[in-house]
Amino acid sequence: MITLEHIYWLAGLMMAGVAIVNARDASNPRRFNNTAFWGIYALTFLAGTYLPDIVNGFLVIAMVLVASIRGLGQGKKESATKEEREASAQKWGNKLFIPALTIPLVTMLGTIFFKRINVNGFPIVDLKQVTVISLAVATLIALGVGMAMLKPPLLAPIKEARRLLDAVGWAAVLPQMLAALGALFAIAGVGNVVTGIAERWIPLDNALVVVLTYTIGMAVFTMIMGNAFAAFPVMTAGIGLPLIVHRFGGDPTIMAAIGMLSGFCGTLMTPMAANFNIVPTALLELPDENAVIKVQIPTALMLLAANILLMYFLVFRH
Amino acid sequence: MLTLVGIVIVVIGFVLRINPLLVVTVAGLATGIASGLGPLAVVAAFGKAFITSRYVAIVWLVLPVIGLLEHAGLKERARGVVAGLRAATASRVLLVYFAIRQITAALGLTSLGGHAQMVRPLIAPMAEGAAENQYGELPERVRHKIRAHTAAVDNIALFFGEDIFIAIGSILLIRGFLEQNGILVEPTQLAIWAIPTAICAFVIHCTRLLLLDRSLRADLSRETDKA
Repeated sequence: MITLEHIYWLAGLMMAGVAIVNARDASNPRRFNNTAFWGIYALTFLAGTYLPDIVNGFLVIAMVLVASIRGLGQGKKESATKEEREASAQKWGNKLFIPALTIPLVTMLGTIFFKRINVNGFPIVDLKQVTVISLAVATLIALGVGMAMLKPPLLAPIKEARRLLDAVGWAAVLPQMLAALGALFAIAGVGNVVTGIAERWIPLDNALVVVLTYTIGMAVFTMIMGNAFAAFPVMTAGIGLPLIVHRFGGDPTIMAAIGMLSGFCGTLMTPMAANFNIVPTALLELPDENAVIKVQIPTALMLLAANILLMYFLVFRH
Repeated sequence: MLTLVGIVIVVIGFVLRINPLLVVTVAGLATGIASGLGPLAVVAAFGKAFITSRYVAIVWLVLPVIGLLEHAGLKERARGVVAGLRAATASRVLLVYFAIRQITAALGLTSLGGHAQMVRPLIAPMAEGAAENQYGELPERVRHKIRAHTAAVDNIALFFGEDIFIAIGSILLIRGFLEQNGILVEPTQLAIWAIPTAICAFVIHCTRLLLLDRSLRADLSRETDKA
């Protein structure tokens, strides 16, 4: 059975490759910082499951120190000039889309069909992780198609991965780091403290005030945690269920559905949701790391207002 | 109250633009210590949380093949395809992507998008190409604005589409949480009540996208005035 662990080995090998290519690139003045950073990251993928927690903790701290004290650099060499790429685009035409579109297509098929295939009664992939495993399988198939079509040198994919990963830099690790921070917040009970403050300071004896507190609270708490999934249980246990449902007789289904979507409005406005908001600015080479958030804020605020009205007028009708 | 020290550190760190990796690590360690763990126990808890969150990084496996295709001119080709369509504008390219992304997400096909695999190599070059078609060579600032909008479209269409699908993580989380609290809800009901917000998201964001062409034109005439 293919499990997440196998996919981690694959990611570890890729990160190790990126570290080695960096070590050999003299055009990057900080090449050994990059090597150390991606090399330690590779280790957390290859061996993280087997190492004691405390060792993993120090590995993470080492990565953070490498990235923040002297910082990471980037190699100078462009892999191809604009003219070369234009010529190649002419030559291959729309065939270039085939491997690119293989990724979403195979991921989608994988999420649908892996669940139905089994050998001797055992599923071939870990069903709890079917989306992530499908994505990994899809990238391998797409890489196979791309290699067969373009016939580049054997090491080209890892060199190209190095170019893109160094362009993203430390931001590539930020979403994972924030997920870890969320877990620590949960252990420490940050959520209960926040709802405690809301209960103490906000007059919660009016249905509109309660709806406002719940929806805006979902958005703000999501901005703090970077994730609506972390905010939902806390806000709903603290304010949604006791007040909207039990005291004012609101419908729990409508409250929960619109409450979660109010949280998503918060996701659009926070750097803590790094994989949605910060990573794309790195991928798209934008100088302002808040550029995507700035574009999203007007929509997020209008949509939050819409959610407040929808909840107020829908949740109590019956 | 001391438990909130992590939040304070994160806010200060982001405002002062200190390296976010460092900020988040310090915030995590401080939160752990504030909650009464010893220093080594905090480092271990952080290491464990980092290791169990590794699945977040699996998306980077797309980089070798995307890099290979970019080397072979994928972005240039994506731009070229749009250049052949006279009706294409940046607004219209993004409107079409928004509609496709939201509808497919509502059908549970959330993997038909993403910043590394769709936005950077395909959609952003198409939107830029459409604008180049209309206005010729674009200044960097305008180019960056179009790219930021492309990333925003991917996010907004995904968030407010996926909740209409009954087997998505957030619906399962809501159902599980309410069940623990003694309330049974149907996933189909939750999905139905996500539809009003999805429609609002479509109307609000698509209106903003329709206005984007006009705002790009204003930016461009301002740039020419300066020159």
